[in-house]
Amino acid sequence: MSYIEFLKEYGPRFWDGTLVTAGQFFLASALAIVIALIAGLMKLSRNGLIRGIAVVYIEIFRGTSLLVQLYWIFFVLPLFGLTLPKFTAGFVAVGMNLGAYGAELVRGGIQSVPKGQWEAAYALSMSPMRRMWRIILPQAFVNMLPPWGNLLIELLKNTALVALISVSDLMFEAKQINGSTFLSAQTFGTALIIYYVFARFIVTPFMRWLELVMRRKLGRA
Amino acid sequence: MGFNWNWEFTWEILPKLMHATLNTLMAAGFGYAIAVVLGMVFALAQRTPYWVLTKVVREFIEFIRSTPLILQIFFVYYVGPQFGLKLGPWTAGMIAIGLHYSAYLSEVYRGGLDAVPKGQWEACTALNMSTRDTYWRIVIPQAIPPALAGMGNYLVGIFKDTPMLSVIGVAELMHTANAIGSSSYRYLEPYTLVGIIFLAISLPTAALIRVFEDRVRRKLGLK
Repeated sequence: MSYIEFLKEYGPRFWDGTLVTAGQFFLASALAIVIALIAGLMKLSRNGLIRGIAVVYIEIFRGTSLLVQLYWIFFVLPLFGLTLPKFTAGFVAVGMNLGAYGAELVRGGIQSVPKGQWEAAYALSMSPMRRMWRIILPQAFVNMLPPWGNLLIELLKNTALVALISVSDLMFEAKQINGSTFLSAQTFGTALIIYYVFARFIVTPFMRWLELVMRRKLGRA
Repeated sequence: MGFNWNWEFTWEILPKLMHATLNTLMAAGFGYAIAVVLGMVFALAQRTPYWVLTKVVREFIEFIRSTPLILQIFFVYYVGPQFGLKLGPWTAGMIAIGLHYSAYLSEVYRGGLDAVPKGQWEACTALNMSTRDTYWRIVIPQAIPPALAGMGNYLVGIFKDTPMLSVIGVAELMHTANAIGSSSYRYLEPYTLVGIIFLAISLPTAALIRVFEDRVRRKLGLK
């Protein structure tokens, strides 16, 4: 079978898989961003207990493998009465894992905002909530965008692991097609190229664009 | 089944998991050894005057860094036999994980190599040293210390990525836990223990790396 024929025959399945991967990517990203923000802010809290919770969360998720976490969420959580469908379990595991990495970026980003900004907001008698939301976070956001770009690529790559709990993403489809055709180079090669295009020509340019927009908004470009 | 931790079962499977931990550590060690050497090759290849080589290596690294490791593991393991080259799970796994991390380490080295002041190069030229001697005796030794932090992070990273090798049948921790789970239908203990073992190794290692890095920096008068 020529490669063109191969694509004609299995193209739709690769496409379906890509859509599932994209879904996993967006949902996991959203979850990771929310968790990173919460855990990052908690880690900067003055309250030792709140800080402690964030530290434990971050260290557990950064200290073990995503695959272990994924299996744990999918196979062990049901024993505690919480059964997640595989699709949900997939992006929840990926999002919680990357959220722990993102929390450190959020913390670093907030700490990189000059002290004068805090003082000025204080002088204008802004409430702590308002100060964080309107003054500190937007600036922190710009500072941490470049590392977030890398993190989102990591996240995209990590979504491939959800195939191991049989979410029918790109990786899963590739495995299935390989199992029935034994055309490994074509199958896995195609999947590799799709992931590459996704990362290099969609995620990275989008993050670059976002960096530019945000910098302009803050009058830095 | 519900949530009931079975201690008897725990003690029964612990030795098996401990044995698998050795395999995990070995896989991480071998993979890292490949990555440390190959990463330097990739980093140096990007500094040669041959722009074709530089470009090809650059793109190759970008490709490896933006595609999933698990897919690369499958690729290496299954594509070989299609062309008559049969690789065992260990060999294929080590090639895949070593190659993957060499791409990351080459970026770490690149940063270190770029940070060596130009004056060092000029001094070597003035002393009539060959390019090889310049790299080997002057530039690389200075490029490594600032790269140590990044190298350490990836050592922990490679350790945490070894569970992916279970998919092609390398008998490391995850593989063993899966086998225990599917033969006993108990998943709570094996998966939880695997998580604890990972924590117990990666947290102290990360802390040790920080201490080591601090020491090297102090010795070199960087701090």
